[in-house]
Amino acid sequence: MTSDADRVADLARRVVAEHDPNTVPLPEYLAACYDAGLSWVQFPEGMGGLGVSRGLQAVADRILQGAGGPVPLGLNPMGYGMAAPTIREHAQDDVLKKSWLRPLATTEHIWCQLFSEPGAGSDLAGLATTAVADGAEWVVNGQKVWTSLAHRARWGLLLARTNPDVPKHKGLTYFVIDMHGPGVEARPLRQMTGQAEFNEVYFTDARIPDAHRLGGVGDGWRVAMTTLMNERSALGGSGNRRGAGPIADAVGLWAARPDLRTPVLRDRLTQLWLRAEAQRLTSERSRATVGVGGPGPEGSIGKMVGAELNQQMYEWCMDFLGPEGILYHTYNPAEDADWRGPIQQRFLRSRANTIEGGTSEVMRNILGERVLGLPGDLRADTMAWKEIPRG
Amino acid sequence: MAEFVFTDEQVQLRSAVRKFAGEQAGETAARRVMESDPPYDAAVWARLGAELGVLGLSVSEADGGAGGTLVDQAIAVEELGAALTCGPLFGTVYLAIPALVAASGAARAELLGDLVEGRRTAAFAVPDRAGVFDPALVTVAVDGDGALTGTVVRVVDGGAADVLLVAATGPDGLGLYAVDATGPGVTRTALGTLDLTRPQAVVEFAGAPGTLVAGPDEAERVITQALQVGAALLAAEQVGAGQHLLDLAVDYAKTRLQFGRPIGSFQAVKHKLADMLVDLEHARSAAYHSAWALTDGTDDPAVATSIAQAVASAAFSRIARDTIQVLGGIGFTWEHQAHLYFKRASTDAALLGSAEAHRGRVAELVLDTATADRDPWVATGLG
Repeated sequence: MTSDADRVADLARRVVAEHDPNTVPLPEYLAACYDAGLSWVQFPEGMGGLGVSRGLQAVADRILQGAGGPVPLGLNPMGYGMAAPTIREHAQDDVLKKSWLRPLATTEHIWCQLFSEPGAGSDLAGLATTAVADGAEWVVNGQKVWTSLAHRARWGLLLARTNPDVPKHKGLTYFVIDMHGPGVEARPLRQMTGQAEFNEVYFTDARIPDAHRLGGVGDGWRVAMTTLMNERSALGGSGNRRGAGPIADAVGLWAARPDLRTPVLRDRLTQLWLRAEAQRLTSERSRATVGVGGPGPEGSIGKMVGAELNQQMYEWCMDFLGPEGILYHTYNPAEDADWRGPIQQRFLRSRANTIEGGTSEVMRNILGERVLGLPGDLRADTMAWKEIPRG
Repeated sequence: MAEFVFTDEQVQLRSAVRKFAGEQAGETAARRVMESDPPYDAAVWARLGAELGVLGLSVSEADGGAGGTLVDQAIAVEELGAALTCGPLFGTVYLAIPALVAASGAARAELLGDLVEGRRTAAFAVPDRAGVFDPALVTVAVDGDGALTGTVVRVVDGGAADVLLVAATGPDGLGLYAVDATGPGVTRTALGTLDLTRPQAVVEFAGAPGTLVAGPDEAERVITQALQVGAALLAAEQVGAGQHLLDLAVDYAKTRLQFGRPIGSFQAVKHKLADMLVDLEHARSAAYHSAWALTDGTDDPAVATSIAQAVASAAFSRIARDTIQVLGGIGFTWEHQAHLYFKRASTDAALLGSAEAHRGRVAELVLDTATADRDPWVATGLG
């Protein structure tokens, strides 16, 4: 264990010594990280990893980011957080895996996730976008929604229905689709903050080679679970020092504006601070005890608590600001405006936190059923997918 | 020793204590002893000390202990708490032993070995204000000959203790004294308590002879150290008991059928249990963080123990309330064990400072000292 940690640390120090992230172009630096096996240390050698414990990623990240390296998850979130583990586990051969992983790691290829549909949100497995086999290709038709970065993405993770005659979970297949190919159209979707972080994506006879299928035909749900577990873990599991993260906005506001303080708001903020700290310690504990395996359903705790806390913190900020809080900067931001806008924008944006990446209600079902082992709800959708009532 | 990573020895310790508590403690044992005097089985207590050696896990070997850490002690306490183990854990293990370990007075050596071995028990007759010591609260005076006079109310485990550690003010200032509870000048009156397994007594001293544990130069530090260790260990007990209740409620929700289906398949019940799980995991993280902070100095003990008590008291209380709700009518009966834990939850929440008191302390330590290193961006309506 210690020797693995030393090896990871040595490699990280060598990367930053030979490819200073402050001076070399970003793709070159990230390629060096990938080639050294520091992109996902638990991955096999030659695929951006070293085959060591996942927990040692923190050792690499401390050194890389301490030397001025960026947080790659922020540059290609769907790529690093979700696509990479799914490709690694399910792509058909090593050549393909490597051809996707390296440009993903360098951020030359941005990735997006094509799961949710207007008719399939929490009930993801009920989705209706179809993929029909045509020789060695698949032909895709349908509509996806809430796809972030679709307009910049080169590749998309697509979950589509390949068999409507079997129960819904069994008729899905997982693909990688070329977002630049014909029949793929992304349109920005304006949200309540005024920004358009997400897109609607329309498929009209878009074609996918069968080699770009991940997992077996009809096995898409199981493959999608790899992606979703990693997503929730990424949403809920980021390491932070005490007081960092969204709570810093609220405490910063408290510190900056003594004139607005009241005892009631002080106690409310303390409750939020304690909850954030307890969750931070829980993430630390989970990170300290994680093995080589992937994230488990416990990651759902972090996702759920983080989402609800984020909303409560910005609600607190708004209550603290009072009449000053009901002003706004612009509902017509530049296309590339940072999502991290003023407090009021973060307040509006936080409404999505308990919906995106699995609603809090779904998270509580996961905690109840997969962690506590409680029985599932009675189902009204066990028949062939095409016979399920929709509307 | 990395924070939150348990060694193989600690895993073995946990399973040994769990096994012992499963056989010797638990609901049946608690019901047997809780209405007797003293409300615990002295033979079981002696075995915890002499046979299992879990009463002084963080006491050095030179002092007769196991030479481990406070994390070891927290693990044992968590498992004993899960089984609602009866006995003077609060007075002896959480407070008196840590005080003696921190002190340098004459009574230390003579007492520690006996307490750790389970040959004698002790209670901590030191008033606190929500888990913090305040010399102004001390109600006992000591004269130049070491004779104590005064009354201490609500001394947990004080009724049956062999020894009382008493804060007393004398000509030279504040001191912590050991008093033979069965000796002359000591009168104890047992109090009825909400939690029958955690007894209290009023203790009156009328010229009772005391032996110095900690003199004026160190008494306040020693008492503060004991209260902080006590807060961490009480949090561990709360985690253990909370886990026991969550397991109980989950098992019941899986097997209790209403409307032709297990009640745990209803989201209203399932989501309540999920929220209990989250609170319990938060409490576990905060409790062990405080134990590690007191062991390795990785955090300010005042902050870490207040976080632990604020989080664990609230979690155990909530889990106890919601367990009764999930159990429904049966959970309100005397025959079901839920009320034993509910009463323990209410008691633990009030001891060494409530969740609210510790939250107030966190506010003082964190919010009142916060500085604005950068002004948060607040939109002003001007583009």
